[in-house]
Amino acid sequence: MERVPILEIGGVLLVSIQIDLQDQTVLALQEDLAERISDTGAHGVVIDISGVEIVDSFIGRMFATIASLSRLFDATTVVVGMRPAVAITLVELGLTLGDVRTALNLERGLKILGELRRGSR
Amino acid sequence: MVAEDGRRLAVVVREQKDVIVERWVRAAAESLRGRVTAAELDREFREVYAVLLPLVGNDGRRIDDERYIEIRSVLAEMSRTRARSGYTPSETASSVFALKRVVFELIGDDADAELFRELIDFSSLLDALGLVTFETFARAREEIITEQSEQLLELTTPVVKLWEGVLAVPLVGTLDSARTQVVMEKLLESLVETGAEHAIIDITGVLAVDTQVAQHLLKTAFAARLMGAECTISGIRPQIAQTIVALGIEFGDITTKASLADALRHALRREGVEVVAAAGKGR
Repeated sequence: MERVPILEIGGVLLVSIQIDLQDQTVLALQEDLAERISDTGAHGVVIDISGVEIVDSFIGRMFATIASLSRLFDATTVVVGMRPAVAITLVELGLTLGDVRTALNLERGLKILGELRRGSR
Repeated sequence: MVAEDGRRLAVVVREQKDVIVERWVRAAAESLRGRVTAAELDREFREVYAVLLPLVGNDGRRIDDERYIEIRSVLAEMSRTRARSGYTPSETASSVFALKRVVFELIGDDADAELFRELIDFSSLLDALGLVTFETFARAREEIITEQSEQLLELTTPVVKLWEGVLAVPLVGTLDSARTQVVMEKLLESLVETGAEHAIIDITGVLAVDTQVAQHLLKTAFAARLMGAECTISGIRPQIAQTIVALGIEFGDITTKASLADALRHALRREGVEVVAAAGKGR
């Protein structure tokens, strides 16, 4: 089974999904991520899905799950780079991402986290 | 004489070709009231006449038959050109029917029973051919309509940049699912391309909104939000506002503004841009 790498950069965990997600991969990612956040004490998680072309409801729920999960460690989740087709699919499926923040690209996602951090200090 | 049985008319129309075509052009030009030049008609009719000649003697009863393929395609072409230049189908068909009268007058009174029967066959052949032009005409019109509605779809959904980071789609006319889909996709694609964080859908020019259209607009706004952009809907007319409330459509936390100007001001404020009148000017 493929594992999605989690990178740490300036107190933010960066998850870049470049593969077709299987349900198993998603579950493993959630576990890994929970562990990494608690280890590093990161204040933010950025999930880059610009490489994802196909989503289903399971993956749609993953974002909400990861968001509530990281909220427990006081970290904010930002989903970046969602493609139009993916966004339309998620809306058609009637899924809302809960309290997940979104941004057009990685740069803006990091900017949002930076602003939030400055705001909370 | 026996060998010429059933062929006498064919001989006449072949030998008198130039006279017939000339009179035919004159008769047709009259009904088209000079919108086509005589030279043009002459060229067109000569072409038709050439493929018609070998068919004289048939009564056109089975017009789908193989031997009619050539004349059908010639007539179809003629009818299509006419359709595009805005003639009525009757005008096109009467161009064909005009030939009947020309030939009848040429034969005149010296038609015996034999020739008379041939003339009847010829007449029904021309009737069938006239109907062919009619059919093609309708089909050509359909094609034009389809083409135009496609062009309209493209034309009426421009995504315009109002400011750095602010895109707008001014919608005009009637919204249906197909069009809203195009708008939705185009807008979202443009958000990715330009990296704009604000989108405004202006529906000032939209005359009617039903539940389905409202659903589509909401979906577009939600999809934009999923991608990390904010979508504002502006220009809701008073009647449409009433409809929306009466239908019980909830726009949730999607921002709606009265006019495009308000929506732009809102977007600029969110972008952190302040618009100030130059000193001494403005109100």
